[in-house]
Amino acid sequence: MANQAEPMTMAGAFVEDAEAQARFLGRKRYLAWRRRLLPVIAVVLFLLAWWQAVEQFDIKPFIAPSPVAVAHVLIDRFDVLMANLLPTAIEAVLGFLLGNFAAISLATAFVWRKTMEEALFPIAVMVNTIPVVAKAPILVLLLGNGMEPKIAIAAIICFFPTLVNMTRGLRDVRPEQLELMRILSATPREVFLRIRVPNALPYLFSALKIAASTAVIGAIVGEWIGSTKGIGALIIQSTYNFDSPLLYATIVVGSTFSALFFGVVTFAEGRMLRWNVTHNA
Amino acid sequence: MTAALSRQQPAAADGREAVRCERVTVRFTTERGTVTALENIDLAIPAGAFLTLLGPSGCGKSTLLRVMADLIDPTGGTISVMGDVPAKARLNREIGFVFQDAALLPWRNVLDNVTLPLEVGGGKALPGARSAQELLSLVGLAGWETAYPHELSGGMRQRVAIARALISGPRLLLMDEPFGALDEITRDRLNEELLEVWQSTGTTIVFVTHSIYEAAFLGQKVLLLAARPGRVRELVPVTLPTPRRLAMRETPEFVALAGHLRRVLESC
Repeated sequence: MANQAEPMTMAGAFVEDAEAQARFLGRKRYLAWRRRLLPVIAVVLFLLAWWQAVEQFDIKPFIAPSPVAVAHVLIDRFDVLMANLLPTAIEAVLGFLLGNFAAISLATAFVWRKTMEEALFPIAVMVNTIPVVAKAPILVLLLGNGMEPKIAIAAIICFFPTLVNMTRGLRDVRPEQLELMRILSATPREVFLRIRVPNALPYLFSALKIAASTAVIGAIVGEWIGSTKGIGALIIQSTYNFDSPLLYATIVVGSTFSALFFGVVTFAEGRMLRWNVTHNA
Repeated sequence: MTAALSRQQPAAADGREAVRCERVTVRFTTERGTVTALENIDLAIPAGAFLTLLGPSGCGKSTLLRVMADLIDPTGGTISVMGDVPAKARLNREIGFVFQDAALLPWRNVLDNVTLPLEVGGGKALPGARSAQELLSLVGLAGWETAYPHELSGGMRQRVAIARALISGPRLLLMDEPFGALDEITRDRLNEELLEVWQSTGTTIVFVTHSIYEAAFLGQKVLLLAARPGRVRELVPVTLPTPRRLAMRETPEFVALAGHLRRVLESC
């Protein structure tokens, strides 16, 4: 096969047309800026409308604060907000790591022995049907009043989506790839590490992206019950004190952290799955 | 696998024969009943031959190829590959296989796909292993080492698959409709190049196709299979001179051969 390969680029199919090229690039730049600016404009307009509504209709601060009041709290009580974000962040991240580690391990066991899946999967489904608000008190009773029950809730909430996705990713391997490995007399371990694990990564990252936001929710819900610090505790306190600006500011801080966590996982996905066409597209 | 290894060895295990099938029968049982995919296949492929398998869909040509590759155990009859049971040939890494859709690992670049066979198999030494660079040049992909499968055209992916199948230095190359999904121009070019590979490596090739022209152009012999149940219809020798050139497909000799194959196929 000494002949040249089919060229990937269609060299020779292109002609030089500086004007058309400039128009094409200009249009591309315009679309890129539009995509970035439109959401910013929408958010600014929404905040303006909110602010005007509070002013015009004279809404009382304990019902809904004006965005200006929320901004003031965000700046003036930044240290309080951060001091409460820290425990929530630790709980969410530890829960995320623990829950996903457990889910990946169990998925591996499921794929290794189908019996394991048949025996244990119904239990996982049943645990998953218990609402978070019902799991929280059970875990507080079991694990006390410290960070442990919050970590456990965050872990449990991450566990199920990762278990389902990872099991599927490890199992949904193209049959030809398995036939190829058999022809190469590959050991089960080689099939697992070289075919199943890389095949499961896109599935895993879909689950991790869900888990990144739900882990934070889990930690916050855990803090609702008998906690004195954390984003969840601050939400409860500010609600009972009718301190709506603090409540809103707390929510802004919690959501921002969630979004950052999601962003980190998305970034890791981009780095690890360069080969994935659907991701690149 | 143990069962396959202990299976009775065929009597005529000649080292100069790449494959020998004696009354090979394969049946599949499903909820809807038992299907006979292959019935009493008798076949001897000499070492270094290029045999094409041609037949209507459902004639069991892919099944026969998979029996040779030790992917399917025959229900009846005996088969030897390189003078031994197929499992032994597989464990000795004497079999290369090219799938219809290349079956590359999308997370590996071209070079890592080609060298995959050297990494697996429990760390067994491969005395016949060839250099990946040489093979990539042979299939015309030098310079594409770091490209990923999704960046390649269908023809280029099949070239990678061929290089991967050849890297362990197999004595038997099994190809399951490898060019079936390609456009005709690419297919023609790859056909010619495959013959060059065959000539330069001396590997025995068994090539499954549903294209009459491909079967006649590539093979030294064409094995025609009939469907339901899959059985040998006719073994047709191809008398075209070597090396083959695409222009030969317009000679009266080739046209007559293709016509004969078509008539037999239509009566299957």
